[in-house]
Amino acid sequence: MDEGLRNELSKQGVFTTTLSDIYNWGRRSSVWPLQFGLACCAIEMIAASMARYDLARFGAEVFRPSPRQADLMIVAGTVTKKMAPQVVRLYNQMPEPKYVIAMGACAISGGPFKQGYNVLKGIDRFIPVDVHIPGCPPRPEALLHAFMTLQRKIDAQEMSGKARPRHLDPDAPSEFPVPQFGEHDLVPSKNDKVWEPAVVVRNG
Amino acid sequence: MSTEALAEPPKNYEVRPKSSGQFEDDMGELLEVSMGPHHPSTHGVFRMDVVLDGERVVKLKPVFGYLHRNHEKIGEGASYLASMPYTDRLDYFCSMTNNWAYALSVEKLAGLQVPERAEYIRVITAELTRLVNHTCLMGFLVQDMGALGTPLMYAFREREKILDLFESLSGARMMCNYMRFGGCRCDLPTGWLEQAQKVVDEYPRFLDEYERLLMGNEILMARSQNVGVLPKELAVSAGITGPMLRASGVNYDIRKVDKYGIYDRFTFRVPLGDHGDVYDRLMVRLLEMRESLGILQQALKSIPDGPVVDPRAKLRGFKPKAGEAYGRIEAPKGELGFYLISDGSPNPYRYRVRPPSFVNLTVLEDMCLGHTVADVVIILGSVDIVLGEVDR
Amino acid sequence: MKDLESIKQQIEAGVAGAQVSLVPNDSPANQPSLLVDAAHGLAVATFLRDEAELRFDYCSNVTGVDWMETEQKTKVKQVFDGEEKEVEQVVKMPGYLEAVYHLYSMELRHGPLVIRLRTKNRTDEVELPSLTPVWRSCEFQEREIYDLYGIVFAGHPDLRRILMWDEFKDHPMRKDYVEPDDYEYEPTPHDEVLAKSKAHYPAEVKP
Ligand code: SF4
Repeated sequence: MDEGLRNELSKQGVFTTTLSDIYNWGRRSSVWPLQFGLACCAIEMIAASMARYDLARFGAEVFRPSPRQADLMIVAGTVTKKMAPQVVRLYNQMPEPKYVIAMGACAISGGPFKQGYNVLKGIDRFIPVDVHIPGCPPRPEALLHAFMTLQRKIDAQEMSGKARPRHLDPDAPSEFPVPQFGEHDLVPSKNDKVWEPAVVVRNG
Repeated sequence: MSTEALAEPPKNYEVRPKSSGQFEDDMGELLEVSMGPHHPSTHGVFRMDVVLDGERVVKLKPVFGYLHRNHEKIGEGASYLASMPYTDRLDYFCSMTNNWAYALSVEKLAGLQVPERAEYIRVITAELTRLVNHTCLMGFLVQDMGALGTPLMYAFREREKILDLFESLSGARMMCNYMRFGGCRCDLPTGWLEQAQKVVDEYPRFLDEYERLLMGNEILMARSQNVGVLPKELAVSAGITGPMLRASGVNYDIRKVDKYGIYDRFTFRVPLGDHGDVYDRLMVRLLEMRESLGILQQALKSIPDGPVVDPRAKLRGFKPKAGEAYGRIEAPKGELGFYLISDGSPNPYRYRVRPPSFVNLTVLEDMCLGHTVADVVIILGSVDIVLGEVDR
Repeated sequence: MKDLESIKQQIEAGVAGAQVSLVPNDSPANQPSLLVDAAHGLAVATFLRDEAELRFDYCSNVTGVDWMETEQKTKVKQVFDGEEKEVEQVVKMPGYLEAVYHLYSMELRHGPLVIRLRTKNRTDEVELPSLTPVWRSCEFQEREIYDLYGIVFAGHPDLRRILMWDEFKDHPMRKDYVEPDDYEYEPTPHDEVLAKSKAHYPAEVKP
């Protein structure tokens, strides 16, 4: 639609929009996170939802204790191998559309505890992650920035076509296999459909 | 403290294990619930396997390890100094006291002296940490009782003030990594003492408000008095330390007993409870904060000038003589100790953390038997656990 | 607190048959310890707790330590064909697991007294008496040692894995534990990570 015409119309009190815009606007303005903290980063997550940083400005202050009511999982903290199956299970229990923010070095890659025998080297080995926040712990401002990034991502999603998000694609999986406790490690130790080892490419 | 009992003391439920260790449940009355590891009131990833008879708890087994990050193993593979930032992440509310405990143990192991000014800075930061910890704990605990939002918001407002101090001192809000063997990493920035003085001066107002708001509150008293009583003898034998021990009436504060650092120069009292219930634990922490403010006032007035680190302390190539040392301090949660065995190499041969809240959980079942599930949440909250330290 | 020598004598007088020896500690910390034989561990612990002069009513810290087999080289004189020669002889010292207890007294406010118990070896004879009946605070800490080191505490009320999951088979804090190989790319590998990096990204690691 012509931008000038839209402006003109809105001066007359007629507002026009597209279906996908209003759909995405609704979704991005009410992202309810799962009340779910794993380690130190969770404290900064709580701090972000308190008065000083005020996550409520983004429509995301409603922390839901139950995964069934949540849209966003903030993996805030170290995911240990003992905890990983539970995290995947919680993710599976969330209804689509659902998003994941990996908060902190630990959730991204194992962080400072990477060399530990019981530490999962990044939650993206089992579930898809939308936004990564580096930092140990990331400041609350960084979490706010991640929120805005996520909102931008939601805004850009289309309702149909190839690029449509997962929840509008009947063939895309919404649940991911839960790893089992093995004798020495998790079985399987990663989900090959979600995660691939890094490939190093050097230019020049 | 109020002696009035508002709630009926709970009946003593008898636990009836069969020889197989299984419960006798002919009527199918008992219900097994697994609380956690994802549960909004378990303060992290902690799990309790609870057996219920109606609403009453007849058995409770804590399950740990969901945050077992292999701190000790990593510590054995890293040099002494490299473990310092990891100690921040033990009890992530109290990085300063964790730093201190570790530095103290290594100083014992290597025989280092700490300069006067550094000792003062350590006391000041440790007591500020105690304020942060106790304030947040009270906020969380009251939230567990159902006062959603407000008290916790107040607590975090105060926490931010102290975190600002820490940030200007060390560059990080939570993970300060500030202390070094034989002193502190850097001197105080200009104006820091005045800023700290301001925070300390204003803190009592918040405490008064908090106390007026909460401690006389009828609901809070009904929920917390005579709940989760911990008798003295059990507390001692179970190795309970910190405010929880003192709430049961045992006068044992490592700041007084060991007089580590320069704590013998300050006058402060050790608050004791006499019932050992959740209310006493709350009250003891509140009173402890007032004593901490007293220490802070004295320390801020008398801090001398001088170097902040022992010139003999080496950062690189630090190799203590073979031997071992156990050092402990009174962290906000209880006795935090580090046990180090050196074999003369740059890495410790054995690096062990004695976590206060892990040991404090020993009596969780004893305190919870016969109470309702809702009380279990409060009792757990009053133990004051942080999973980073429980599981390490 | 009394010095360790007199505590040792007191224990030997109080507990019949107990063998206690002094383990020196050369570091500036000056915290020597007492090595107690495993058979009398429980009796000695009870004695330490109940004896009016000692009253170690509070067991603060329980630690597991893994001591690997060591080799000691000694020079021995041997006679070869009527000629005396000095020959180096390698003696294998067996490894053992150790549980270290740090005791304090809340009543008399002294401590720490460090006592150690040792297993016979690291593989099959790894049993030690549990001191949980004497001090409740050992309960979880001994379970942790069982989990991470594999010391079996006889008489422990509830000896299960505590930090790792129940299906787990290894004892990860032992010095010879091998981690599962889930290496992820690191730009600057060093030390033991370097070997793993070489295996996973051979082209990346410069010789
Ligand atoms: S990234 Fe750092 S702060 Fe966050 S959970 Fe890991 S160790 Fe803790």
